Amino acid sequence: MTLTTQSDTIQELTVEEIRAKLGTKMPIEDPEEHMLLSMGPQHPSTHGVLRLLLELDGERIVNLANDIGFLHTGIEKTMESKTYTKALVMTDRMDYLAPMSNNYGYILAVEKLLDVEVTPRAETIRLILVELARISSHLVWLATHALDIAAMSVFLYCFREREYILDLFEMVAGQRMMVSYFRPGGLWRDVPEEFEPAVRKFLDFMPSRIADYEALLKNNPIWLARTKGVGTISADDAIAWGLSGASLRGSGVDWDIRKTMPYGGYEKYEFDVPVGTDGDVYARYRCRMQEMSESLRIIRQALDKLPKGAVNIDDRKIVPPPRAELGRSMEAVIHHFKLWTEGFSAPAGYVYQAIESPRGEFGCYLRGNGGPKPARVHFRTPSYVNLACLPMLSKGVFVADLVAIIGSIDIVLGEIDR
Amino acid sequence: MGVEQKLGNMGVVTHRLEDLVNWGRTNAMWPMLFGLACCAIEMMDMQAATHDGSRFGMELMRPSPRQADLMIVAGRVSRKMAPVLRRLYDQMPDPKWVIAMGDCASCGGIFNNYAIVQGVDEIVPVDVYVAGCPPRPEALIDGIMTLHEKIRGEKLTDWA
Amino acid sequence: MSTDYNELAKDRIAAAFPNAILDVVDFRGTRTLIINPPQLKPIARFLRDDEALRYNYISDICADDMLPELTNGDVEDRFAVNYHLLSMSNKHRLRLRVPVEDPDNGPETLTDLWPVAEWLEMEVWDLMGIRFKGNDDLRRLFLPEDWQGHPLRKDYPLGYEEVQFSFNWEAIDAKKPYAKD
Repeated sequence: MTLTTQSDTIQELTVEEIRAKLGTKMPIEDPEEHMLLSMGPQHPSTHGVLRLLLELDGERIVNLANDIGFLHTGIEKTMESKTYTKALVMTDRMDYLAPMSNNYGYILAVEKLLDVEVTPRAETIRLILVELARISSHLVWLATHALDIAAMSVFLYCFREREYILDLFEMVAGQRMMVSYFRPGGLWRDVPEEFEPAVRKFLDFMPSRIADYEALLKNNPIWLARTKGVGTISADDAIAWGLSGASLRGSGVDWDIRKTMPYGGYEKYEFDVPVGTDGDVYARYRCRMQEMSESLRIIRQALDKLPKGAVNIDDRKIVPPPRAELGRSMEAVIHHFKLWTEGFSAPAGYVYQAIESPRGEFGCYLRGNGGPKPARVHFRTPSYVNLACLPMLSKGVFVADLVAIIGSIDIVLGEIDR
Repeated sequence: MGVEQKLGNMGVVTHRLEDLVNWGRTNAMWPMLFGLACCAIEMMDMQAATHDGSRFGMELMRPSPRQADLMIVAGRVSRKMAPVLRRLYDQMPDPKWVIAMGDCASCGGIFNNYAIVQGVDEIVPVDVYVAGCPPRPEALIDGIMTLHEKIRGEKLTDWA
Repeated sequence: MSTDYNELAKDRIAAAFPNAILDVVDFRGTRTLIINPPQLKPIARFLRDDEALRYNYISDICADDMLPELTNGDVEDRFAVNYHLLSMSNKHRLRLRVPVEDPDNGPETLTDLWPVAEWLEMEVWDLMGIRFKGNDDLRRLFLPEDWQGHPLRKDYPLGYEEVQFSFNWEAIDAKKPYAKD
């Protein structure tokens, strides 16, 4: 923990001066007796460059304020200066644990704006990859969450399995993390032949690996003591604070956008939405663990009925022509040139597309103005909204429990700061 | 079969002090546990089971800059983060090295805009740049090996 | 036959708040109600509490800057704030859009209705510079304290820096501020 404010100098200041120094309106109850502590931005357990300002009564947190923005990248602004296709690469770098999901949310919004429907094969491949991304993201969440609560070995196991998923991504997209694989109107290209057997192999060994993690944690007395009854939030509060994803379902709200407002063909698959009851760190942990198994179920069904056919729609105004055609057709060359220099134009209007990313409701607000570049892109990122309730959740808990709470709401700073 | 059998029972090894010191520095490097963005995940991957950073004597990531001698700037550096990063660098004891991991840390990468510092070398002196967005764990290991090579060629007087 | 919640929402608001709906825009299946700014908060409260509608979840608040499009002789104000509401019981989304004439005198805060609104409004203030009446914790969130301007506005430059290529390497290298030990 980095102590940046000396307690002896802080006591000479008035509350107003302290607040001005902190740059927040954080309520400070007792500046004389309590210690003010700055946790982060460089801290092993804040999952990135999050800064938390704490007012401590001994080990107990009296007040807390979030200070974010240490990773502000200007993604929304930069996307306004790029064409719809080129802006896609920016979305990868927001939620860097599940770039596929971010691509998906953005691409669905673009397709909604253009009013196009992708081919069944592209839809199914997208779904498989997004669910794989969900598993890989949950694996990193579990690894770091357990590491924060001092369960080191889980970290090593989770990253081993994640490596396999990244290999699958590399197989289809040529990149391990920043895939940019989904394109408006379909995919960058079809998946290679080896993809399906490789995923089947993953489906075969993964359930036993999940059982391994469960064996390490589920009934581990240390884990239970650190997570049960910590950071409890009721269902009504969770809705009022805009929580989404497993953080919302852990409180007993049966809300999964894949199930309730299906997109991208999720209505064709059978899966359950795990819902917790207690709304504590342990309930959120249980939800995410079961979600991994449910994702495996979806992937298995999707692989079984993976349709044959094209992966891109047959609209040359949106999808560039295949490479082979460029040598024979002048029209194809013109389309190719127009698409890569100017891009396609989208109609004027605004759309909002929400998907269930590994962290919760990932929404993309997109405003077109008839030109080839988006006039406004805004992302409703689940991490950003989930972080809002942290001051409320952490009132009166120990600093060590705060670490467990941060881990359980599963934040990614790239997505918070954008 | 160690060096002692070759030497007889004198118990003395003669070597150039500079080489010995550099050998020690390369093989017990303590990087700072400091991740900024996407590259930090690949840095974690480098430390995890598959790539195993402890092969290079650097399994111990220190969260405190006071105990670290290698700073891996893993990710994009925003204008708000820049003063913090410099402060962390100043807190590290000499000798210290910096690896700029990834395109964003090296030159701003794809984010050429108001928010991102165009290369961390504007804030701290960088020894090794690792290209990639994000670099694979193997690429980071290659960067670390390059840094080791650089350290082996250093003079004691450089840090004096 | 499922209910058309788009129509239901519009009808019920029009009945309870005459003249509050300035315009109705339907685009790609989502309805946008353009709301008279002073009536935003009562309407949001009505939508949240009404038994038939129950828009109990606020997904997002985001602002639009319409600056380049205004030259076409539009009557719309330069800024607008979108509220994306979600009804969990009806599984329906609705967008409220509020035109903002003066960014320093923006719409009323919805913090009383949804506590998370304070956090979402902070983002709008920091990046777009729209003040919300009644939200007293508007501070620099993403940018350093002493930052000037609001980057997402259209008249704010992107801040492009010249890229080093082989032909201009030396010229840029000479003025690049390299750090010292």
